[in-house]
Amino acid sequence: MSDVFVVNEKAYRAKKILTNVASYAFLALVALIILVPFYWMLLTSLKSQLLMEEIPPLLWLKPSQWELSNYSSLFALVQSGPRAGSPLFPFFTYLRNTVVVSIITTTGTTITTILAAYAFARLNFKGRDIVFAILLGTMMVPGEIFILTNFLTIAKLGLYTFDQTYGQVLVAMTVPFMTSVFYTFYLRQTFKQIPNELYYAAKVDGTTDFGYLLKVMIPVASPTIVTIIILNSMGAWSAYVWPAMVTMKDEFRLVSNGLRGAFTDTGSGRTDFGQQMAAATLVTVPLLILFFTFRKQIMRGVSRSGIKG
Amino acid sequence: METKNNWKAWLYLAPMLLLMSVFTFYPLINAFIISFYKGYRPLQNSIEGFTLLGNYLLILRNPLFWNAMKNTFVIAFISVPVSIFLSLAIAVGLKSIPKLNKFFQTVFFLPYVTNSIAVGMAFAVMFHKNYGLINAILERLGFAGRIDWIGGTSSWWTQMVALLIFTVWESLAFKILVFTSGMQNIDKQYYDAAKIDSASKWTVFRRITVPLLSPIILYISITSMIGALKAYNSVIGLFGVKLGNPSNSMITIVAFVYKYRAELASPGYYSYAAASAIILFIITVIFSLIQGAVSKKRVHY
Repeated sequence: MSDVFVVNEKAYRAKKILTNVASYAFLALVALIILVPFYWMLLTSLKSQLLMEEIPPLLWLKPSQWELSNYSSLFALVQSGPRAGSPLFPFFTYLRNTVVVSIITTTGTTITTILAAYAFARLNFKGRDIVFAILLGTMMVPGEIFILTNFLTIAKLGLYTFDQTYGQVLVAMTVPFMTSVFYTFYLRQTFKQIPNELYYAAKVDGTTDFGYLLKVMIPVASPTIVTIIILNSMGAWSAYVWPAMVTMKDEFRLVSNGLRGAFTDTGSGRTDFGQQMAAATLVTVPLLILFFTFRKQIMRGVSRSGIKG
Repeated sequence: METKNNWKAWLYLAPMLLLMSVFTFYPLINAFIISFYKGYRPLQNSIEGFTLLGNYLLILRNPLFWNAMKNTFVIAFISVPVSIFLSLAIAVGLKSIPKLNKFFQTVFFLPYVTNSIAVGMAFAVMFHKNYGLINAILERLGFAGRIDWIGGTSSWWTQMVALLIFTVWESLAFKILVFTSGMQNIDKQYYDAAKIDSASKWTVFRRITVPLLSPIILYISITSMIGALKAYNSVIGLFGVKLGNPSNSMITIVAFVYKYRAELASPGYYSYAAASAIILFIITVIFSLIQGAVSKKRVHY
């Protein structure tokens, strides 16, 4: 009897090891496929024009072959054309704009979201459920519908003119995005988990609603709020359509906008892949740094919230 | 005590509702109004009259719109099921391994935190006829004759394949994460019971994992369908503002909206943009309703 058991145990173990190996092989293959585009981006950014044009393409480079001029040439000034006098890819200007827009939008969004989530989670008022349902309903509407009129609103407010100032650009880029139904919904869930007893106890102590929000709700919900802040700040990094739409000048745009098109010679139609990938790398690296710094918060936030912002 | 909060609650909601009335509710209504204008000049704010369906009919007679519809639907109907299936398989794989889970999870999540346009450009280089990695691999595997995937002599098919691969690559991250955390919430008892019955892995997957994950699968399939119907940045990243070879061959509905929106000086074009955005809205609503209805019977809560 015990013999049979041992045989089974062995077979079971062998099978388990085999499926483990298969699982690891499969996951490693997927990981490779996920990583390859990043590798190819970096590799291409380090290739000189000569190595770039080798067929079949070189799959790796020795450090002595690394060509950093692709990066430095991004900052060389354009000689002719409409963009003459400005760097080929003004990364640091875009970076500054993106960070500024990100900070303003996130500050606004966090404040409006906390206030609204508090009202929905803690306060009782007529029409609460209807208003909440209507807000959730707007999440279904494609953003393109809003953009059409929002652009006209910005133009009507005199924010989109030939002599547009940086301040006007910032208002145009941030104010329409200073709130989020989704984060309100997400934060409301967290607020709701805070026991009512705390609220009543605070009331007995004479704490106002706003004091309770500041002193109890926000500290208790701070992990969720931090997640909202991080996820929201990443939004400006991939914003493409709106910043291009409401800016008159190149120097006001965000990182995504300068990427496409700047590296194709309008005369010959040839694209400098080395420079293009150097710019793409510059745009990708800060996001990855942010990700690895806040990996836990980001992954927890996304998996709990379950929606791409 | 609670009812006294009425006016106070509205005060808390005021910043959000104020912003949303200007930038969400008014634009939503206004989009419908614009779509009924005739000869609308947005910057002068002048119109030549009204039409109920005129702009919609013009769009439906525009071959470019049907090209956009075709591309959008191909993207949605292929990339969504493929990426759901793949990410389920990956999540199951992640669950079955004893070590390195965190490492793999982190790697798989990377596409989520990258810029669509930057990575799309990297894919464009990978799909380059002469200098790309894809053809280099194919050649090494014995497929002679380099394919022009996305270049000047490429076909609709090869461009679509490249776009689909990029789209799936990009959309796996989020799904893997959500499925993995969903699986962690499945009660271990079910798996233990299956083990006692010595059920095969496939049976466990079909009879336990999928049914118990079904609310999440439904949710993911609806949201990613809506997301896929709005494909745009990925197309810009991979093909640039030309939107494919020849121009506009990879146009999507959203790209169609933006194309007509940009023609501010041409009277009436803004209304086409509005009408096509509303058509997109209607399509997403229909999809969500169908998916909701179909899955009602199949989803276990």
